[in-house]
Amino acid sequence: MSDTTAATERPASDGPAMEVRFRGGGFAPQSRRWVGVAVFVALVALVEWGTRAGWISPLTLPRPSDVFGTFVELWNSGLLFKHLGPSLSRLAVGAALGASAGVLLGVLIGLFSYVRAGLVPLVAAIFPIPKIALLPLFVIWFGIDEGSKYALIAFGTFTPTVVATYGAVDNVDRSLIRMGQSFGLSWLSIVRKIVLPGAMPGILSGLRISLAIAIILLVAAEMLGAEYGIGAYILQAGSLYDLERLFAGVVILSLLGVIVSAAIAQIERRVLGWRT
Amino acid sequence: MDIRLEAIRHAYGDTEVLQDISLAIPAGRIVCLVGPSGCGKSTLLRFIGGLERPMEGRVLQIGAPPEGCLNPLTFVFQDFALLPWRTVQGNISLVLEDHGIRGKRARAIIDDVLARTRLSDFASALPKQLSGGMKQRVAIARALAVNPAVMLMDEPLSALDSQTRELLMDDLITLWTRQPFTSVYVTHNLAEAVRLGHRIVVLSRRPGRICEVVEIEKPLAERLYADPDLDEVQRHLWEMMRDEARAAEEELIDV
Repeated sequence: MSDTTAATERPASDGPAMEVRFRGGGFAPQSRRWVGVAVFVALVALVEWGTRAGWISPLTLPRPSDVFGTFVELWNSGLLFKHLGPSLSRLAVGAALGASAGVLLGVLIGLFSYVRAGLVPLVAAIFPIPKIALLPLFVIWFGIDEGSKYALIAFGTFTPTVVATYGAVDNVDRSLIRMGQSFGLSWLSIVRKIVLPGAMPGILSGLRISLAIAIILLVAAEMLGAEYGIGAYILQAGSLYDLERLFAGVVILSLLGVIVSAAIAQIERRVLGWRT
Repeated sequence: MDIRLEAIRHAYGDTEVLQDISLAIPAGRIVCLVGPSGCGKSTLLRFIGGLERPMEGRVLQIGAPPEGCLNPLTFVFQDFALLPWRTVQGNISLVLEDHGIRGKRARAIIDDVLARTRLSDFASALPKQLSGGMKQRVAIARALAVNPAVMLMDEPLSALDSQTRELLMDDLITLWTRQPFTSVYVTHNLAEAVRLGHRIVVLSRRPGRICEVVEIEKPLAERLYADPDLDEVQRHLWEMMRDEARAAEEELIDV
């Protein structure tokens, strides 16, 4: 029986017809690419306007255009790269050491109960130590030049990487491991072909946090015995209350953070294309 | 190769799950294990496949596995257990790599099993692109690739919708008719059991014991959808299981 005949045979009640109100939707994040940029631009424009109009005193906030001027000067004088070079190498070496050691230990904790029982409390104990507090110790251990800086950054990235990695290994689907065993795969094959790829999403999202911490620690690492480096530059400007230079340095760190995060997003897109 | 279970008993803590199970699984036949939920049928299958150890009793392999058999006891899982980061052919080559089969030889095996499961066009698809039925066909292809002596199927169709289930049952029957394989097939679905089983073993609720073993003589290829002979067997099985199933269902609450 079609709808039209049904309607003629048995008329519906005579009350007023009302369209059903839509109440679904929402709660689904969508990509809105330019909003982030717009907020940023609006904020900078507001500060610029405030400092020019005078309702923000130049003592509280530097004028964004002045900060930009300082940045251009830094670029033109070639000092930018003189500062950026050592910082980037410290960041790269320190983070690489810390993250690879962290992934290795995290996988071992994930795989072996004895390692887990022995080291998880230790990791929990060193995780909350502010690594900056240990800088003098590192200077004694590794020397005042590059060694202590690498060590500080490496140590800071190490603990969050360990925690993220063993969590990721724990979360690998056990039924896939059983499958591997049921086909007689060797232990090494199971680790290499099932556990590690399965833990990759967790490891990469842990790496995001670890690398942000590495950038934070960069400034701390350059507190002692560094002539050049973004951190040294910021600290120098800070002690002179030179807000333009301070902000120029901070902006560079922010940009560094954005670039690192974008790089990890790229890696995730390539390595984790299999995720639904 | 035959499989024989001798007086198997098992308990998890204080709850006894299996009691005195003795069973023969003859080569070239499909033995279905049916029973109410929680009766230990999947546990029994894991004993047969060596993924778990019974507390008492033994699982015996009788005779050598056939020539060219890479993994005599091979599972097909309910949740497919495909590696999501590997393509269809990558998932199959996974189980060949450890036997040193790579390159051309692997290619030949993969092409053969994909053709047998009608998946040749999807060799480079990722699991996330496949439907449930196709995923299970990939898992079956992967099992066939190691040329198993016994296929251990743990509710292989339970995660699929009923139409896909019918289609896959037809596929399994075609596969068996072309080349008979030995299989232990765990299911709670009696329709599957009577379509695919040469021998149906009915387990009681926990602690699981063998209630009855029903043989169905009719050849697999002649068993059709809604076959009256099979319906008769299915009704008989259900009569036997109904009370057990109800009791088992009520039991779950206080476990």
